[in-house]
Amino acid sequence: MALLEASDVHGGYGGMNILNGVNMAIEANEIGVIVGPNGAGKSTMLKAIFGLLKVSQGEIRLRGEPITNTAPNKLVHMGMGFVPQEYNIFPSLTVQENLEMGAYIRPQNFRRMLEQIYEFFPPLLEKRRQPAGELSGGQRQMVAMGRALMVEPDVLLLDEPTAGLSPLFMNEIFERIKTINAAGVGILMVEQNAKQALAIAHKGFVLAAGQNRFTDTGEALLNDPDVAKSFLGG
Amino acid sequence: MNELVFFINNVVVSGTVSGSIYAMGAIGVTLVFSIMRFAHFAHADMMTLGAFVVLLLTTLFPEVGGVVGLPSALLLLPIAMAVTAVAAVGIDRTFYKPLRAHDVKPIVMVIASLGVTLMLQGLIRLFAGTGSESLYIAERKDIFRIELPFELASRPIVVTEPQIILFVFAIVAVVSLHLFLSRSRLGKAMRAMSDNPDLARASGINTNTIVAVTWVIAGSLAAAAGTLLSLDVAFKPDLSFFLLLPIFAAAIVGGVGHPYGAIAGGFVVGFAETLAVFNWSVLLRPIRDSFPEWLELPSNLALVGTEYKIVVPFFILVAILVWRPTGIFKGKVI
Amino acid sequence: MTRALPIRELSLFVGLLVAVLAVYAAMGAAYSTRMLVEAACYAILALGLTIQWGYAGQFNAGVMGFVALGGFAAMFFSVPINPAFWNSEMPGELGRALLALVASIMLIYGATRLDRLGIPKRLRTLIAIILAVVLYLVVISMLRDVTGEIESRAGFIGGLGLPAWVGWIFGGMLAGGIGYFIGRICLGLRSDYLAIATLGIAEIIKAFLKNSDWLTRGTATVSPLPWPTPGARDLGFVLARALYLSVTAVVIAVIFFLLHRAYHAPWGRMIRAIRDNEVSAAAMGKDINRRRLEIFVLGCILMGIGGAALTSFNSIFNPQGYLPLNHTFLVLVMVILGGPGNNLGTIFGAVLVYIIWIMSEPLALFLMENAATLGQGWFGWEDPGNLDSRALQARVFVIGLLISLVLRYAPKGLIPEKVPRYN
Repeated sequence: MALLEASDVHGGYGGMNILNGVNMAIEANEIGVIVGPNGAGKSTMLKAIFGLLKVSQGEIRLRGEPITNTAPNKLVHMGMGFVPQEYNIFPSLTVQENLEMGAYIRPQNFRRMLEQIYEFFPPLLEKRRQPAGELSGGQRQMVAMGRALMVEPDVLLLDEPTAGLSPLFMNEIFERIKTINAAGVGILMVEQNAKQALAIAHKGFVLAAGQNRFTDTGEALLNDPDVAKSFLGG
Repeated sequence: MNELVFFINNVVVSGTVSGSIYAMGAIGVTLVFSIMRFAHFAHADMMTLGAFVVLLLTTLFPEVGGVVGLPSALLLLPIAMAVTAVAAVGIDRTFYKPLRAHDVKPIVMVIASLGVTLMLQGLIRLFAGTGSESLYIAERKDIFRIELPFELASRPIVVTEPQIILFVFAIVAVVSLHLFLSRSRLGKAMRAMSDNPDLARASGINTNTIVAVTWVIAGSLAAAAGTLLSLDVAFKPDLSFFLLLPIFAAAIVGGVGHPYGAIAGGFVVGFAETLAVFNWSVLLRPIRDSFPEWLELPSNLALVGTEYKIVVPFFILVAILVWRPTGIFKGKVI
Repeated sequence: MTRALPIRELSLFVGLLVAVLAVYAAMGAAYSTRMLVEAACYAILALGLTIQWGYAGQFNAGVMGFVALGGFAAMFFSVPINPAFWNSEMPGELGRALLALVASIMLIYGATRLDRLGIPKRLRTLIAIILAVVLYLVVISMLRDVTGEIESRAGFIGGLGLPAWVGWIFGGMLAGGIGYFIGRICLGLRSDYLAIATLGIAEIIKAFLKNSDWLTRGTATVSPLPWPTPGARDLGFVLARALYLSVTAVVIAVIFFLLHRAYHAPWGRMIRAIRDNEVSAAAMGKDINRRRLEIFVLGCILMGIGGAALTSFNSIFNPQGYLPLNHTFLVLVMVILGGPGNNLGTIFGAVLVYIIWIMSEPLALFLMENAATLGQGWFGWEDPGNLDSRALQARVFVIGLLISLVLRYAPKGLIPEKVPRYN
């Protein structure tokens, strides 16, 4: 049974369909990466899974249980974490308070998870008393991911975690994602840096115009000349 | 020296009094703004409502205070705070929540709060009449005269009992608000929601609870401020009228959505008011003889007459909006 | 585009007509005509607010201030000349004080420009502030002396003895001028702030008119104010009021026609575009701030004219009589109930709400008296004596409730703005 599974998902904003039948599935402990050109519906798909967008047709299942159009706060309780691309931290709260808000629904986990997050993201430990809004882009992204990890999710949805970061930070974030995954968290992420992302992915989904164009393992997609020609820039 | 005492009585004491009142009101305005994103015009009337509940209770039990030697009104204040808090939550559920659910523009919420203002005013005047009434029903207001140990100072510094109560209460309220916002889980969730409501929701924070808590804090602080002001002066149904502009000015001066800023803003506005209506020529009188012949000291050197006091908060408000819309502390940029 | 018969509008207006006739039947012609004249003046105010709020989404919570300015102009221009003032040396002194005021304003303005002469900005600001405080104190004490003298020797400076309609026009100009300054400062800000600022400025205008005894006689009030039409002494109450009503009706008709033209002209489209989507309107190269200022000033002018007409009709200028409830919130209810942005709806709302408002007074009294009698009969409850004044306060509640209900159940008003669609 797949950890997260979406079949034939349709949906969009205000009558305009952006998703026209997307299929994807990742197993526990896998990294799934969604790539594709602008406007292909990558972020929209992530929002549809997290209940931020009405799905008009199709089904989404978490560990076999249907979660189509479930409210985000319920999904958090069911073990799903989501890191939006923008506005993904509480800027005036300190780093530690941000993480505490992540554990809002499981306060009993707070101490234990806090240690684990600081292990994942050592830079956050020394900045824990600083307002998160004062951190650099890469560190903010760590706060955002850390906040989502505080509830010990089974699956973490990441919307362009490396957008706007310098290459140095980008590599660091990809490393962290691998570490998190190694700790047993399934990951589904949207990425612009397709090559790097597919390199760490178990599964890859290439979307175009709201539909799957290619679906395979990350490695196979990287080596597929068609994918390379049309989506990876040669 | 007497001139200095005059200054202390007229500026320091009364500035602190109005500053504390404005601060407590402005905290509510700023909290409501940061959680619900609209300017709550009915806030000053919640202050009147609280004072009115105290008036009602004190009329019913005028003697309770005698037991512990405090004014009855003060002893009954916690009940009134609870009543006002409940009323605030009720008003939100009845009048604001349905509009929020429709996702209306903030300005429509402002108009709705004007509607609530009128309803509260109508009800209070219907029951309390239009005259002013003292909250000291069975007791006398204690007045403390502090004689200064200087020979030149023959006049005492005058502080009244309700003023001392007000100072103590304001300090306690501010400290507990600070502890609540920085230490408690709920307080942090409130700040989180003010920072980023969508992310707060995605983190599993129940926004309805936060909204209710905000109203409870805003309502009970408003009730306390209204009551303590009425204790010092007298209860008037149109009290709100003189409070609305200063508390909004205070909230904006402090940076909207910034509770500590609101406290500072309250004192800025309070002191600006008292300094503006203070007759400065009193302070210049002792050195009058050293002035040159041609310079005649006018008897009235106040910046504005008392009847134009309302100009002061307005001027501060406009000046801040024009030159520094985020307030003296960086508030929300809007 | 097919044009259906506007059944909704027709039935609403027929209903309104029935209500007016009912009032005529119940209260007599003189009373009812007075009510209609006042309703017509309110309709002018409401049109002013509907273009600000309905057309452009600007929420003006200080209608009262502009009404008071209009009322002041109506009084100042139409009241007879006061010889006790003009035949003394006081006009010269007052003129000197006002000249000093103008000169100081220019001086301070000049000081704020000192940085162009190479003076550091900090120093410039310091100089400007010190200069402003000193000159302010000097001018204020000059004015205090002159106005004190005027008050003790002549009462007040009197009027200009011109026809009332001159005052109406200047009332509009005065309100528009003040509106221009407020708009310049506040229109760029969030709409909540405009509401707070206008609320404040209205109170300041009122405080000024109330305390400037030399100019307005303050709480002593000025009356009678002449009408632009022959008064009741010549024609009797009904006919005189009917004549006044026709004058206000003509004013409304002219305003209505001009607004209708403007609304459908490119200018009106641009205004609505700015209201609906500011960013795209700006992206199309529209000068948003200028258009907003125009509409705000236009609204204020109408409020000034309406306020002047209302004050002239009441024949008394009493600064304390301008109340936020009667002159701001009542107008607000008229607009949001009638239909913001729809001129016809606004006029409908103005007349309807004014009838409710006027009729609620005897109704509230009637209810209160009955309640008191019942209370006495059943529980031996003593009524507090000042029942009438308390019953009037109940109307405050009704207006507030009306606002809440309209926002919730008819957010676009009874006759909503018809958004033209071009297919």
